[in-house]
Amino acid sequence: MTDRGKWHERLKVTLWTLIVPPAIWAGHFLMAYLWAAISCAKVGAFATFPTLFVVGTIIALTLIALSGWIAWKQTHRPGDSAPHQDSTDIDRLRFLAKSTLLLAGLSFVGVIFTALPVVFLRNCL
Amino acid sequence: MSLHDQDDPALRAAQEDRLRAVWKPPQGLFLRWTDTNNNRVGVWYVLTAFGFMLFAGVLALIMRTQLAVPDNDLVSANSFNQLFTLHGSMMMFLFAVPMFEAVSIILLPQLLGARDLPFPRLSAFGYWSFLIGGVFVSGSIFFNAAPDGGWFMYPPLTTRTDLSGLGADIWMLGLSFIEVSSVAAAVELIVGVLKCRPPGMRLNLMPLYAWYILVVAVMILFAFPPLIAGDILFEMERLLDWPFFDANRGGDPLLWQHLFWIFGHPEVYIIFLPSIALFAMLVPTFANRHLLGYPWIVLAAVGTAFLSFGLWVHHMFTTGLPKISLAFFSAASEAVAIPTGVQIFVFIATLWAGRVTWSTPLLYATGSLAIFVIGGLTGVMVAVAPFDWQAHDSYFIVAHLHYVLIGGTLMPLFAGLYYYWPLITGKKLSDRLGRIAFWMLFAGANLTFFPMHLSGLMGMPRRVFTYPAELGLGGLNLMSTAGAYLFAAGVAVICVDLALSPRRAKAPRNPWNAGTLEWLAHPDDEDWGIRSVPLVESRYPIWDQPDFVRKVDEGRFFLPDAEEGRRETIVTTVLDARPLAVIRLGTPSVKPMLTAIALGGVFIFTTYHLYWAALACGIATLACTLWWLWTGTAEIPEKPCKPIGHGLELPLYLSGPAAPGWWAMFITMMADATAFSGLVFGYFFFWTRHADFPPATMADGPGILWPMVALAVGVIGWLATIGARDIHARGGVAAARILLLLGITHSIVGVGAGLAGPWTSGLDPQAHSYPAIVWTLAIWTSAHAGVAAIMQGYALARSLAGKMNPDHDADLRNVSIYMHFYALSAVVTYATIGLFPEVA
Repeated sequence: MTDRGKWHERLKVTLWTLIVPPAIWAGHFLMAYLWAAISCAKVGAFATFPTLFVVGTIIALTLIALSGWIAWKQTHRPGDSAPHQDSTDIDRLRFLAKSTLLLAGLSFVGVIFTALPVVFLRNCL
Repeated sequence: MSLHDQDDPALRAAQEDRLRAVWKPPQGLFLRWTDTNNNRVGVWYVLTAFGFMLFAGVLALIMRTQLAVPDNDLVSANSFNQLFTLHGSMMMFLFAVPMFEAVSIILLPQLLGARDLPFPRLSAFGYWSFLIGGVFVSGSIFFNAAPDGGWFMYPPLTTRTDLSGLGADIWMLGLSFIEVSSVAAAVELIVGVLKCRPPGMRLNLMPLYAWYILVVAVMILFAFPPLIAGDILFEMERLLDWPFFDANRGGDPLLWQHLFWIFGHPEVYIIFLPSIALFAMLVPTFANRHLLGYPWIVLAAVGTAFLSFGLWVHHMFTTGLPKISLAFFSAASEAVAIPTGVQIFVFIATLWAGRVTWSTPLLYATGSLAIFVIGGLTGVMVAVAPFDWQAHDSYFIVAHLHYVLIGGTLMPLFAGLYYYWPLITGKKLSDRLGRIAFWMLFAGANLTFFPMHLSGLMGMPRRVFTYPAELGLGGLNLMSTAGAYLFAAGVAVICVDLALSPRRAKAPRNPWNAGTLEWLAHPDDEDWGIRSVPLVESRYPIWDQPDFVRKVDEGRFFLPDAEEGRRETIVTTVLDARPLAVIRLGTPSVKPMLTAIALGGVFIFTTYHLYWAALACGIATLACTLWWLWTGTAEIPEKPCKPIGHGLELPLYLSGPAAPGWWAMFITMMADATAFSGLVFGYFFFWTRHADFPPATMADGPGILWPMVALAVGVIGWLATIGARDIHARGGVAAARILLLLGITHSIVGVGAGLAGPWTSGLDPQAHSYPAIVWTLAIWTSAHAGVAAIMQGYALARSLAGKMNPDHDADLRNVSIYMHFYALSAVVTYATIGLFPEVA
């Protein structure tokens, strides 16, 4: 590692990284919807073990967990304690990191919510 | 200018005179309406939306009167259809959404310590569009021509011209026009929040209202365009008989439902979040402390925004979609309760931790939360598909949605009205009348809508104009009607309170002792917005920063003067609000109004099938827009920089990603791309609905040759523009002009090549949904090629006229943004219509 710190500390949270976890939720949701809609319309049923869906869900959960972990690391950068309400670089960074972490939590739960129906439902009727 | 200079009262008075002269509103019977200052346009906007709300409320009262007793004959079935359609459509499109835009246009510059929003003329354009479209749609009921297909206008009832008349066209075209004004407002508000914050107001210090508005404006960009795409398909079917929704010819009515609800469900949050944003401003004031859990509110707003796009099918649970699909949407509908709950708990926690002042606005806020929570709980119930199958299209749904909208939008707006009235007028409203009205509204809303849960579960369907006595629903309906009159009387008390306001004395400045920037406003307000743009170091600067108000008033912060006699505001960076430049703002002008009138003509004449007049208005719209842009934007300043105080010197011109104009273009094109993706969704939706798509009789589609030619010229036109931009920036003006000329040629060829595919292969758009959607995609992209040619021509003309040079190239950079999106549409369109038939 360079003298500028570990790789996850060199990444900088911005408005774009803030929306990474929910965007992954959205991507997973879209995949779930399209997968069901297309396989039901074109095949009439989906495979008994939906490998693609399971892999997609695991990838989504991993990516959300990773972005949450990076955000968690960044909230622990040295600086003032919460509520991060000063006009300083470190407070702005830690605020965005905290928000990203919270969104990662919500998105993680959201992906699990979306994945659950497949445990119980396996047909197109 | 140093701090020291501002000690001189004579200097301050001279600065104030200059600012006053620059921000002087236009005078005269007509000219006063050409004003663009946010505090005037915003007030017109609010009053107009409030007027439409009262109008739509009267429609509801007529309905409730009709339903008071069984077998009533006050209005006919046909009139009743018009009443409920117009009531729903007006409350959504002419009240809730415009009201949020209107309130934001007033509040946002104040909250951000800006003199005005970055594009004041765009706000004025949005207002005039809203007014024209709104009067057109709502006035139709006086001619017995109002839309009558319900506010979501399901085909085939509404697309078959033998089943529904002019009303459907009035709805579709009138409200499309208003959607344009909503997208305009979204552009204005996003750029305002991201680029016009005062120095020091980093993202972590932004007032939460601004966070909510940013989120909601972004939602508008992704929610409204699918409806615009749906409107296009809908009118193509009604006016040209292209069978998108006609099952006999390969269409599918469900496509409309998808496109409508991809808009319609986020829409609920688009009107809910800005209202709850008002709570985020008034709760800390009356809890006398900072809001707890600031990042949790950001989580709630951003999380709700995303999840709200995964809910649309819960309006379609009874349409026979695969159960697994329903389950995905049911899961997301349950998940959205999490962020919604989080923000309610944040408000409760803040009140709990603070010393609460029980004011009238807070009474409205807490009361509306109670009503909203009931609506939220029934929402969780109907999100469960099997329950929804029982309750669908019954009065239970009417009860649910009114609890949500009254608790989540209307009552919070009344809270905001009582809170912010002193900011707008300098006077407080009556606490006594306000509290009386509150209890009437609160009791009235519950008395009206709670019985509807029961009448719904007992089997009363929504949208019936009467019901037989034998059903035993008379008592519940009479209660609802009595409640509706009580509610209306509450609204009348508020109107009386407003009407008495001019007779009351002025309130002191910042009467609620709030901590946020908007309360810098003085009761005898000046038109300049803010005396000097402050350096912000806290979320509640009035509370936390010593001598803050005095320093602002004495011009001790930035930009305290208007030396060059121009309206100006400061542009800062997105994340950290570091000062970047001073921009010159649009002054009062008749151009936005004329553009709105011309565009209104396009929509209104099309409604009556007067296509030549519509075409003339279209050309007039283009001419007005070009005139507006040519004379009012990307002006090369008389000097490169100016001092804004404290030794800071800022440039007067920006281009590229730092500039507000670049962002406006980017945001507009995001909306455009979303509408386009709605059309592409249509193509692939039809593919999933048919075993053979394209149908065997037209298996070759538009062929491969012409789509590939159109794709190639589109890409060349794009490359030429990008090349022109880069060479121009390095000083190669002549080469850039030649490249632009090359780009124009290719864009014009692109128009013809795009249409040549379906034309030469003889695809008949009236025969089947396949040729219809192919034609639509080709026309969309060809029209964009045409606009590309105009834009490239505009940049060339600016260069030739000396209004653009290598140091001042905003026009060319903005055109490049357009060209990126145009190239993307060309790739997607021509790959889809040309190549997909080969692999399908």
